[in-house]
This record gives sequence, structure tokens and C-alpha cells, in this order.
Amino acid sequence: MAVTDAPRIVTARLDHPDAHTLERYLATGGYEGLRKALTMTPAAVAAEVDTASLLGRGGAGFPAGRKWSMLKKDPVTYLVVNGDESEPATFKDHLLIERDPHQILEGVMISAYALGVTRAFIYIRGEFALGLERMEEALNDAYRYGAAGANIFSSGFSLDVVVHPGAGAYICGEETALLESLEGKRGFPRIKPPFFPAVIGLYGQPTVVNNVETMANIPWIVNNGGAAFAALGAGRSTGTRLFALSGHVRNPGAYEVEMVKSTFRSLIYAPTLGGGIRDDRELKAFIPGGVSAPWFGPQHLDLPLGQDEVGQAGSMLGSGSVVVMDSTTCPVRASWRITKFFFRESCGQCTPCREGSGWLERIMYRIEHGGGREQDLDLLMDVCDNLSPGVHWPPEQTTICVLGPSIPPSIAAGISMFRDEFLVHIKEGGCPYD
Amino acid sequence: MSHFNTTMATRARQLIALYPEPRSALLPLCHLAQEQDGWLRPEAMVEIAELIGVTPAEVRGTATFYDMLHTEPVGRYVVAVCTNIACILDGAAELLAHAEERLGVRVGSTTADGLFTLEESECLADCDHPPCVQVNHRFVRTTTAEQFDRFVDELAEGGHAEDIPPHGTLVRIRRSGGLRVDPAEIVRERAQAAREGAG
Repeated sequence: MAVTDAPRIVTARLDHPDAHTLERYLATGGYEGLRKALTMTPAAVAAEVDTASLLGRGGAGFPAGRKWSMLKKDPVTYLVVNGDESEPATFKDHLLIERDPHQILEGVMISAYALGVTRAFIYIRGEFALGLERMEEALNDAYRYGAAGANIFSSGFSLDVVVHPGAGAYICGEETALLESLEGKRGFPRIKPPFFPAVIGLYGQPTVVNNVETMANIPWIVNNGGAAFAALGAGRSTGTRLFALSGHVRNPGAYEVEMVKSTFRSLIYAPTLGGGIRDDRELKAFIPGGVSAPWFGPQHLDLPLGQDEVGQAGSMLGSGSVVVMDSTTCPVRASWRITKFFFRESCGQCTPCREGSGWLERIMYRIEHGGGREQDLDLLMDVCDNLSPGVHWPPEQTTICVLGPSIPPSIAAGISMFRDEFLVHIKEGGCPYD
Repeated sequence: MSHFNTTMATRARQLIALYPEPRSALLPLCHLAQEQDGWLRPEAMVEIAELIGVTPAEVRGTATFYDMLHTEPVGRYVVAVCTNIACILDGAAELLAHAEERLGVRVGSTTADGLFTLEESECLADCDHPPCVQVNHRFVRTTTAEQFDRFVDELAEGGHAEDIPPHGTLVRIRRSGGLRVDPAEIVRERAQAAREGAG
């Protein structure tokens, strides 16, 4: 089982219990990347990130370098870091924010220099109380150390950074909803076009929104060069990635793995990673990249952990969270719970999502709890079709943002992979796993 | 008469100063009000509205969108049990049912002594320690019924005071200073850099 000896890029420091302190950060090469960047031109720094071919680590996987190049020229621009990690079973940003906040900050300072922004905001999910405290402390220390504020490391470059707490809303992880939230409003996603953040973002000004893990990769890229990063992985998926592994594995956890060179089988079964299925049970299914992703079965275990590879197989790496379900899992219950989540978190702007999520949740509930009807499977697919015409992958969209079309995949996957089990629920008037 | 006490009023002004537009401080100010009062009182929303130049209805309308902002009183400890996908695969429904029984309240309710409010939560991003439980947004990692009961007992006896402040206090580490760079100056500087870059 292939687990390569690629360097750990974003988790290098995490064996130290005090990795979050400035002292440990400086003792382990911290802020060297920022010092180096400040001796380069902003364009040269951006070129390294472009060469690295770093794909955004939030979920959509858009190349960070290209995102940066799309920022409209304007005297007032912003960098906003998305630390609102709320995708179910995704817990990698939580780890990075709590355990190594300076690495994120250094990435922010370097990126802000490359982009020439006027201020940076780090939006952190409100439920991360400790993470917010760690980041605020790191920022205070960074100011004192001269790595933030006026005339950073006597380079003439100045930048203020603000840590902003969220208040509990999954949708704020969507970048335009996050900007609305940062402006003090409900987290309603904006319609695109025209509201592409790179053109019309925070307060209507051009804005780059990057994920926490994306930022955490930047110091290493500047220190080691974009080419060294691009030499890891393969194809479009370069570098390493932090995978959040949960569910029925022996060792759930966040593991940094070289992209493409490892497979789902390695991640789930390698003794140094997932360690295999708990109690040696059979694998039933797994979710390869967050609950918006179509599920995979045992036949997909040997797929490489690469964005295009997983995409071509009919799902996505998404947020990098892998949920393992063993033979004791009720697929109806699993997909009902995911549907309930979307119902609860739909912002309510668009009818197909607001109404459809509720209809789907109620139908799924009654199947799982003994009230299922014969025609319910067709009805489910019909509602899914209204949310995302054709119910294929990648999904069509009838709504302002991608939350709506994220609802059908778990239902469609459940029905197509485990139709018999859905029918048993309906025929026997209840869940056989109860 | 100000609803925020002197300390909070000072902090409110400092928070507003961090943003290009005052309204951006809405969520931080709501957290501040919850820190002072334990929940988001109508008087606090009126004051926040005045501070950032919107109507009280806009503050309420925004606050009610967010799960962490409570426009009705809650207990000293808000106990959240996640039942999302990773947790439900590992006993979350059973732990939540146990929590209801142990605390003697249904999800969404507060114990008669005002100590505990129980919530069923969506994913809290701690999925390698399922089922995930937070108390006042601190991860407590009580994954079994026995651990849960012990923790609740300890809280009821005044334990964990260092780690878990009363509900509403989110962040105990304050930003040590305001903006260090004059916003007008930095815009001038960036505009000049852009011109030089273009030239």
C-alpha cells in the first residue's frame, strides 16, 4: 500500500504540543518564507504560487494562482481567508487553526504582499472558540514580532489583519455568503455574475477569498519554490493534501498525504493512516469528499487521491473529507441525516433549495421511520430533478449557490447503490438495522 | 443610558474601528452582548443598531439567521451534541437521547435551574472524536454516556471554570491594539505601487 515519503508541508510542526506558539514557530523556520518573499517582487511571489499549481483546498479546487491573477486592479482590494469549515466530516482547517495559526498568518502576509491588498480578514467559524483564541493570540504576537502591521520586517510593506468570528451558519463557507456575513448581514450567497469576488467582493471591492489550508501551503512554496511543490503529486493535483478521515475506521484523523500517489485504499487501510475498518468488518461504501459528493463503493478503493482522477470516476475530492461506512451502516439513515443537514442549513433564498430540501427530508424521514410508500423512490428522484435537472454529475444548478445541487447526490447514491435496502424499509415498514 | 457596561462599550468602539464599514462589526458586537448578558437581549440589539447605524430590526433579522446568537435566554452551559454523518455512525443518536434523559429536558430546552441548555448540533469539525460534544463551544470530548454524566456533574458542581466560561464568552484573548496602518495612507501607497507596477 503506497504511502510515499513526501515531506509534510502543512502538518510539519504538529508533533510539537506547543506548535501554536510564536517561540516554537520561530524555532522551526517560521516567518522565513515571509522574510524571503519581502526580498522578491510581488509578481515573483505570485509566479511561484502559479508554478506550484496549488489547487484551492476549500472544496472547489480552483487553482490559487489563477484566482490571484483574476483580482481586478484597484487601489482598494482585500484578502479574505475562509476558516468557516462546516462541511460535515471535514476537520482539517480546525486542526490547522488551533495547532499552527502562525503558519496561516504567514501565508496571509505573503499572499497579501503578492496581491497588494489593503487589508486582510481571517473569518473563523464561531464554534471554534479555542481556534479563535489561538489565532487572536498568534496575531498579537505577530504584530509584536514585526510580522504584521506597519513596515513589516523593515521592508516598507505594511498590512493590518483582522480576525473575524462567525456565528453559526454552514452557508457562510460559500465565499459570497461569507462576504455578506463579514459585512454584518445574513449569509445569503450573491448571484454570479456579476458578484465574482475578484471583481465585486467585500464592500464591492475586488477581493480574493482563499481557504485556510491553501494559505498554510504558501510559506513552504515560497521557501522551497513552486517547482518543488509541483514535483509532488501528479497532473493537476500537486503537493500534499490534508485528508480528514472519519467513520468506521480504526484510526480516524487528519492525514497529510501526497496527492495522486496514494489511493483511498491506502488512506483507509494503511497501518500508519486509517488502519482499516473497525472490527475487521466489510467496507460498504465511502464518501470521498464531503457530503455533497456522490458515494463510492469498494470497487473505487484503488482510485488515486487526485482531483481529476476522482472527478472522472463520477464524484469529487471536494473538501478532502472521507467518511467510511461499514456493513452495519443503514444507507437510508445515512442519506436521511445528510439531507436533514441541508434542510437545516439552506439559507432560504431560492425556492428549489428551500422547499426541496424540506420535502426530501420528510420523505427520507418517513422511509427510515416506517412510513415509506411504494412511489417514494420515484418521488425522491423527481424532487431531486427539480433541484438539479438530470441528477447527474457534475450537477446542474437551479439556485444561486451550490448548496441546492449538493442535496441530491447522497440520495441518488443511496438509491442507486442500495435500492434493495430502501425497498426493504418500505415493505417492512421500518429500518431493519434498528 | 447605555446597555453595554463601560468595559463592553469601550470594546465595542474598538471592534467597530477595525472595519472599513461599521456594520461589519455586527456579529462581533452580538457576541460581545452575549458575553455581557449570556444571551442577546432586545436592549442590546437596539444599542448595537445605534452603534453601527442600522435599525434594531436589521440587527434582529441578521442575528436570528445565526445558530450561535440566542434572542431568548439560555442556560449557563449550552451543551451541543452533534448528530451529523460521522457522529451518527458512531452512536450520536444514542448519546443525544441519553443527554435528554440525564438533563431531563428535550433538545432546545433549558433545565429548570437555568444551568443547562441542550442542543442537537450540525457537524462541529471534530469528527475524529465522535460523537462530538461542545459545551459553550469548547470541545469536551465526552464520547460515552459515562463520560458525559461525569462532565455534567462536574459542571453542576462548579468545575471546569478555567476552561469553560459562562455561555456568551466566546474569545477570552483580546486583540492587543487597533489598526496600525492609516487606511487612507495604505490606499495611497497601494495606488502608487499599482502605477509603478503598470509603468
